[in-house]
Amino acid sequence: MSAPVITVTRAAIGYEGRAVLRDVSLTVTAGEVVAVLGANGSGKSTLTRAVLGLVPLSSGSVALFDQPARRFRQWHRIGYVPQRLGAGGGVPATVREVVAAGRLARRGILRPPGRADRRAVETALAAVGLADRTGDPVSTLSGGQQQRVLIARALAGEPELLILDEPTAGVDATSQEAFAEALQEFVAGGGTVLLVAHELGPLRPLISRAVVVHAGGIAHDGPVPEPAGHHAEPDHDHVHPHGPNEPAGLWSA
Amino acid sequence: MELFQYPYMQRALVGALVIGLAAPALGIYLVQRRLALIGDGVGHMALTGVGAGLLLNRSPVLAAVIVASLGAITVELVRARGRTSGDLALALLFYGGIAGGVMLVGLSDSTSASLNAYLFGSLSTISPTDLTTIVVLGAAILVTMLALRPALFAICHDEEYARVSGLPVRALNLLLAVATAVTVTIAMRAVGVLLISALMVVPVAAAQQVTRGFRSTMTAAMALGLFAAGSGVYVAANADTAPGASVVLMAIASFAVVALGGVGWRTLRRRRVAAAEPSAVEPHEVVLSRS
Repeated sequence: MSAPVITVTRAAIGYEGRAVLRDVSLTVTAGEVVAVLGANGSGKSTLTRAVLGLVPLSSGSVALFDQPARRFRQWHRIGYVPQRLGAGGGVPATVREVVAAGRLARRGILRPPGRADRRAVETALAAVGLADRTGDPVSTLSGGQQQRVLIARALAGEPELLILDEPTAGVDATSQEAFAEALQEFVAGGGTVLLVAHELGPLRPLISRAVVVHAGGIAHDGPVPEPAGHHAEPDHDHVHPHGPNEPAGLWSA
Repeated sequence: MELFQYPYMQRALVGALVIGLAAPALGIYLVQRRLALIGDGVGHMALTGVGAGLLLNRSPVLAAVIVASLGAITVELVRARGRTSGDLALALLFYGGIAGGVMLVGLSDSTSASLNAYLFGSLSTISPTDLTTIVVLGAAILVTMLALRPALFAICHDEEYARVSGLPVRALNLLLAVATAVTVTIAMRAVGVLLISALMVVPVAAAQQVTRGFRSTMTAAMALGLFAAGSGVYVAANADTAPGASVVLMAIASFAVVALGGVGWRTLRRRRVAAAEPSAVEPHEVVLSRS
């Protein structure tokens, strides 16, 4: 049995009194590729955000690499890929600059980037197939390419665990494949993955276990379930808006 | 140029140049996190500090640094909680700040001329002690903003990611808030609390019309800030106009020039690219027509 990487024990989470998850337990061990599936608003994103400490638990506990989340400080072991890149205030940033932020967890805030940092950034950009776009402003990239920038940023930190929030939602086919390839490389190197998805697409062969979140609890934990009903039709196309539980407003950066 | 032989004009020029360099170096982070007008609000609050200083016969600049820092920290705490009611809290702070300032200055023995000096700046009355304060604090801001650029870029670009990277996000946010207060206070003497935000934001807005990355935007914004400060003081000295207003107008003029130049350059480039070769298009994801 490999070491547990993520341990969620009887977690409950609510937003302003409304329970999103109640009594959720989940263990992810080293080398696993776990997909968290579920309908929009089922709380699957909330679960991953709670694992990362971005959402407080109302009860229960989270442990990362066998350490209680509250005392966990080895953030360089985790690479996080959010749903999408924030627009920012319009100040341009190059692809390289965004990806280089992925090195901060390793080198700290005061040490200037060294040769190892630059090499890791180049390697990560090559892994997602964007080596030729390093000097371009991220705002000029397509949605799928921006998503690849985000996975490159996570990979640049050379993490042991990748946590991805709907990495392929609304992403073009080319980017999805580049994404799957980069992920495969990461898994082949012994990495652990927890990813939230609405549909798996080209990522499907990589998944070793699926967890289905439904009605605030875990409805399934095991092999990837077969799609049911009209979802199973080969030409079924998911069209869905983004989740409702993202804070947005003038003062949220 | 003879005017610049007088020590007071030299002090005005040096003070303006330091602020012209430091304000955009801080301002770029504020613009990136969509808080472009925060400097204006903090300036309002600094005025209460000025009033308190004048009333108590203490250094108005020191009092303004303290009050503006407290105000900026309060704003940051409101922002971090992300409540919608935040903007009302900000309105209360800002207008409370300016009203408190006007009232306290009125209660002190100072004349309305000294209120004007803080509202619109008064570069030519900078004392050697004032200049030392401006240079020391300005250099501190500049060094901090440049040395912490990767970390500050990370928190302003994607705060959640920065938290997951284990960065001390709250400490860096508070640092940025205090740095804003300090910059506002030293810039107060040059351009006045009502025009401070312009020096933080306009050079950044101008630079990002033509730059591609964060680092190049920061460099270009600092260069434009330096130019606006230098040319503004020069114009003010020769045409006998208000230095603060002249500096800000030079900054806006440089924005207009850069923006127009950028549009022209892009049009030119687009024509050249279009003439050279058709750009590669990704294949369609759906079958558009069956034959």
